[in-house]
Amino acid sequence: MSGQVQSGDAALFEFLCRLGDNTLVLGHRVSEWCGHAPVLEEDIALANTALDLIGQTQLWLGLAGEVEGKGRDADALAFLRDVWDFRSVLLTEVPNGDFGRTLMRQFLFDAWHSIYLGRLLKSSDKRVADIAEKASKEVAYHLERSADTVVALGDGTEESHQRMQAALAYLWPYVGEMFEGDAVDAAMVEAGVAPDPASLRAEYDALVGRVLADATLEMPEGRFAHKGGRDGRMHTEHLGHILTQMQWLQRAYPGASW
Amino acid sequence: MKNEWPLWEVFIRGQHGMSHRHVGSLHAPDAEMAIKNARDVYTRRNEGVSIWVVEAKHIAASSPSDKGPLYEPSESKVYRHPTFFDIPEEVGAM
Amino acid sequence: MYAQMIKSAGTGVKSPEEMTPEERRFQAHVDANEKVEPKDWMPDDYRATLIRQIGQHAQSEIDGQLPEGNWITRAPTLERKAILLAKVQDEAGHGLYLYCAAETLGISRDELTEDLLSGKMKYSSIFNYPTLNWADIGAVGWLVDGAAIMNQVPLQRTSYGPYSRAMIRICKEESFHQRQGYDIMMKMAQGTEAQKRMAQDALNRLWFPSLMMFGPSDKESVHSAQSMAWKIKINTNDELRQKFVDQTVPQAEYLGLTVPDETLKWNEERGHYDFAEPDWKEFFDVLKGNGPCNTDRLTARQEAWKEGKWVRDAMMAHARKKAAAKVAAE
Repeated sequence: MSGQVQSGDAALFEFLCRLGDNTLVLGHRVSEWCGHAPVLEEDIALANTALDLIGQTQLWLGLAGEVEGKGRDADALAFLRDVWDFRSVLLTEVPNGDFGRTLMRQFLFDAWHSIYLGRLLKSSDKRVADIAEKASKEVAYHLERSADTVVALGDGTEESHQRMQAALAYLWPYVGEMFEGDAVDAAMVEAGVAPDPASLRAEYDALVGRVLADATLEMPEGRFAHKGGRDGRMHTEHLGHILTQMQWLQRAYPGASW
Repeated sequence: MKNEWPLWEVFIRGQHGMSHRHVGSLHAPDAEMAIKNARDVYTRRNEGVSIWVVEAKHIAASSPSDKGPLYEPSESKVYRHPTFFDIPEEVGAM
Repeated sequence: MYAQMIKSAGTGVKSPEEMTPEERRFQAHVDANEKVEPKDWMPDDYRATLIRQIGQHAQSEIDGQLPEGNWITRAPTLERKAILLAKVQDEAGHGLYLYCAAETLGISRDELTEDLLSGKMKYSSIFNYPTLNWADIGAVGWLVDGAAIMNQVPLQRTSYGPYSRAMIRICKEESFHQRQGYDIMMKMAQGTEAQKRMAQDALNRLWFPSLMMFGPSDKESVHSAQSMAWKIKINTNDELRQKFVDQTVPQAEYLGLTVPDETLKWNEERGHYDFAEPDWKEFFDVLKGNGPCNTDRLTARQEAWKEGKWVRDAMMAHARKKAAAKVAAE
């Protein structure tokens, strides 16, 4: 039935926006560091991560626009949707905090991202598998770098240890959302496009557990999860502020070509 | 305590099977981070497929004042260069 | 030009008779276009002047991240955002290469950084001007990087080996910077009325500060004469400024923009444009710390350095622990 095909496409669109909005918002956050990092080498490395994420955004949102078929390209989706249409997880939206918190957030995201992209390599949708193929190589490096930094800062000095433990306490309640599932995920699982997010949690906990142990940090016990980003029900207040900057020119001068 | 990260020299092998070449330096707390930093700093334009790093203080260098005795003696050994020998054209490629 | 008003150490060019035998040998080496390498003998004044010049150049690259970084989160498309971020990241890289070149002269990066943060070491006046609309990002690439390239291309031949090699790498990377800037300007100049207005506004504000980048006339300067004899400065400020104006005016005309200089006129006889000098009082004010953004720029760098200390310390401490554990295991 054509109705089913449409709803399938609608779910695929939603799924692709989730991937693209995560990388869009996190890439934006990481790019805020440019010129302000603790040392030049880290400044350059963070910019590389942000560049990868922006590149992935172009691919995911580009494909989302194609699937939607209404003539919206990646830029239209990034710059002309309002908060309620964003599908980024809340973890990507929270402010950078200090360098330690930024790297802890990066690590917690990278760990999920690498596992998730690993599954997408086998997606039944070749377009999805192709993007995952490219992105997973980039993300493998992000994970290596953020994990090493978390270990170094967790283990380094008393001050750095305390800061990293505090960062973890702040960010941990945002981890659970990445493993939530809903009707969109069910449709993706059914079509063989993507895995059930909940099925990845054990692997994630093992990976994160190993790194945190090396970092001499304690994994928080709580399982409470803030959510509402990936389904757009309730974003953080921060997202609106991100969009006021990100979308300013496109909104103030509609129709201009840049 | 002085906590400036040590200086590392970076050597990169490019795409085409050439030897590692010195490309520059950077700071890093240890060798592993030096390799990562080298990846981020010196291969942004697809310049390399392999990275060596060595802490700058471990490089032993020849002394500039030895330039004469070290390098000039080879100048007179012109017979080491293939162009020293005239081979008749009829002999073909050699 | 990122190095402005560099005072050479010493008292100006010495005649061969005034030189020591070592200095004479050194000058002959430089005159023969041979490179000076870190372990070679060099006059103390040559070393001190180079540290000042490379240091100021490095600080300018680092501080240059800030005015452009100001627009990364507001770039109007994903592609523009990526290009701008890559470009600003390159500036950090250039600062890094230059710091490393300076370090071969026996000063550490931390020392250079402290000199910047205390205000002892200057950086180019241009980065104390604000970037107020998106076309500024185009104009910075087109004019500021254009002016920088004009100075850096000849510096690839500078006498100090590590500086020369850093400049070669920088010039190779820099070539995309000016083009991306002009590319933005073309879009703006061919765009809507509002975009044209942004483009003209950016040119109005950045034209004279760009001319100031070359520094005041140094025809009479003993410092410049010494630096040129040492081949750490290749052209006079006026030569480079003229070259910049000659190259840039037709580019502005192509964009349909007006250079904010009513006296600007092609001089057939000279084969060059005649143009108005920038306001040198403003230039010296900016150098003294009274530019529109001096305080903000310096504060931003001070905060980054101060707030990054625990990170730098912790990563070093971790590396030491790891090394100790490795030794213990062996």
